[in-house]
Amino acid sequence: MKYNQLAIDNEKDLIFGHAPNPVKTRRGLEIGGGIVYPELNFTLPEMKIDVNDYSPVINHYKQIVSGALERAVHLHSNGVVLEFETLIEMTQNPDLGISIIKEMNDICEDYFAKHQLKSEIRLTPNDLREFERPARQRTSSLLDPMMELFEKGAEAGGNFLSIESTGGKEISDDALMMCDIKQFIFSQAVLGARDMEMLWGKIVNIANKTGVIPGGDTACGFGNTAMVLAEKKYIPKVFAAIVRVATVVRTLVAIEQGALGPDKDCGYEGPFLKAITGIPISMEGKTAACAHLSPVGNIAAACADLWSNESVQNVKLLAGMAPTIYLEQLEYDARLMNQAIKGGKESVLGLQKLFVDSDLYFDPQAFVLAPKNVIEISKEIVSGENYVDSTKKGCLKAIDLIEDAIKDELLMRDEKEDEWIKMLKDDISSIPGNESDFIEQVLPTIDQSKLILSEYGLT
Amino acid sequence: MSDLIERIAYCVEFGKINKISPYPPNMKGQDGADELTKQAIDKGIDPDEILNKGMVVGMDKVGQKFSENKVFVPQMLMSAKAMSTAMEHIKPFFQSGAVQRKGKFVVGTVAGDLHDIGKNLVGMMVEGAGWEVIDLGVDVTAEKFVAAVKENPGCAIGLSALLTTTMVNMENIVSEVKNVDKDTKVLIGGAPVSNDFCNKIGADHYSPDPQGAVKFLNSLVA
Repeated sequence: MKYNQLAIDNEKDLIFGHAPNPVKTRRGLEIGGGIVYPELNFTLPEMKIDVNDYSPVINHYKQIVSGALERAVHLHSNGVVLEFETLIEMTQNPDLGISIIKEMNDICEDYFAKHQLKSEIRLTPNDLREFERPARQRTSSLLDPMMELFEKGAEAGGNFLSIESTGGKEISDDALMMCDIKQFIFSQAVLGARDMEMLWGKIVNIANKTGVIPGGDTACGFGNTAMVLAEKKYIPKVFAAIVRVATVVRTLVAIEQGALGPDKDCGYEGPFLKAITGIPISMEGKTAACAHLSPVGNIAAACADLWSNESVQNVKLLAGMAPTIYLEQLEYDARLMNQAIKGGKESVLGLQKLFVDSDLYFDPQAFVLAPKNVIEISKEIVSGENYVDSTKKGCLKAIDLIEDAIKDELLMRDEKEDEWIKMLKDDISSIPGNESDFIEQVLPTIDQSKLILSEYGLT
Repeated sequence: MSDLIERIAYCVEFGKINKISPYPPNMKGQDGADELTKQAIDKGIDPDEILNKGMVVGMDKVGQKFSENKVFVPQMLMSAKAMSTAMEHIKPFFQSGAVQRKGKFVVGTVAGDLHDIGKNLVGMMVEGAGWEVIDLGVDVTAEKFVAAVKENPGCAIGLSALLTTTMVNMENIVSEVKNVDKDTKVLIGGAPVSNDFCNKIGADHYSPDPQGAVKFLNSLVA
């Protein structure tokens, strides 16, 4: 672990709009520098991508960006980040992805020139390596188009580079379904961390070469899978809350490798990263209900620097096209937070308290995201001797906090989850602090036909 | 009914796989579905009865509890593991025809899509309901579904998708499958999919959850 102390060690400094290490962009956005900006995310409506004619696809993206930026100008927005998270076809065929970025960037430039509207594109290629099972995380030729898209997409106008990487997913899905926390931690602190080190080394090199900003990763495919399963009542909420904490170290590795933020919106581990490293973060809450339900609609905003909607299809709603409508919703949320910032620290803490208190005790997943708890848990994480030890310590601290809140009759919970808290505590306590001992403990319990150990530098 | 059959049903319901399995803690050291099924066969109990009055009943009960939010998925998966372990003793009787499943269910996530948690859950619950499940995996093309239909005449098909740009592949798959055998029943599921979409593409059933998939399939053989 590179980080052994917190960048923010006081909960009152873990606030929205301000990060110790803000990021400045070429068109003048300063993320984490005292203004919260909307980050709009969007996708295609139900349609088939015709490889012989990409124009309908490109036209959708042009329409989305034009509509959103026009509305942003009308609302006197301070600025906008647009996330272009590619669909499979756009990464497999980087030329398509690059064409879309170029068109989007031309529109951003146009609005900057005509209206001085500051906007930037976050380029997020999807991780193609999942297509091979077992995945060849280090040696797959599928890495080539991903890296080509990163590099040429950055040159075409993608100003933040991000990814929702999938190292460790071979193990994590089954671990989530079985609520096997040891296997899940193995997928994050051993496999995920190793993969992030390899992948983010490459991404940061490309960012440095092309002069853009290496943003950050997200444990969406891990933590949010758990969150969605818990919302469906398939797994205990307390398990999903501990899973969230167990994802922190994996995503932190991107920053150790040189990512500067803003971390990706769907990574609810963001507040921990901000506390540990001081980078700005993007978060999503109630305005992401268009993409997925969650128990953290308000509390997610507590220390956001960008405020996002996760993803919305380009479909017509009564007021207009959905991405334009979501830009407006995000803008009003950002406007409220920015008004609080204008009022000074007490004003910020006052609004933050409302965000936090309105969600805090309804669900353990919200509870662990409260700034006070984020700081407590993060302190434990940075006290660890290695990724496994850090994850173990962070998770145990989260369980302690949850147990205390239940004992104090503050935290709402379903009684049938009680046995799971004990099981989680016992399982996590039995994890050795030494990585090689942990690997030895877990390997015999997993289906090794699902992964290639050498692709993680393990033999 | 034999006491053994009832105990097999109980072990499956509570996920007691075998004697050495630690789960559930209150049955530690007791025989599980594995040992009890072997004992039942050794005693000459009809394997069809072991399957349908023992294992399937146990899975039905845990499935019902799951529908009522009384248990979580891992508990149901333990039940499925108990059943699949016990099924090893029944397998030879399938080949001889002494025991028959309700039918065959071919399931897969459609081309371009890699999401498989939902598909796996459906497969597990359908298997627990007494069906033979053939899992084609993820990113499955129409050609692969067609080949599976040809190899397994009379099977039902399950299609899963989680993306707005991959759900459209379902239409082609439904069409190709129905071209091979118009009576093949196709059920679909996944976050962006709806009943309207199901009707539009000519599929037979849309289910928002695994329980609905089991209910539909069982209605085909009722």
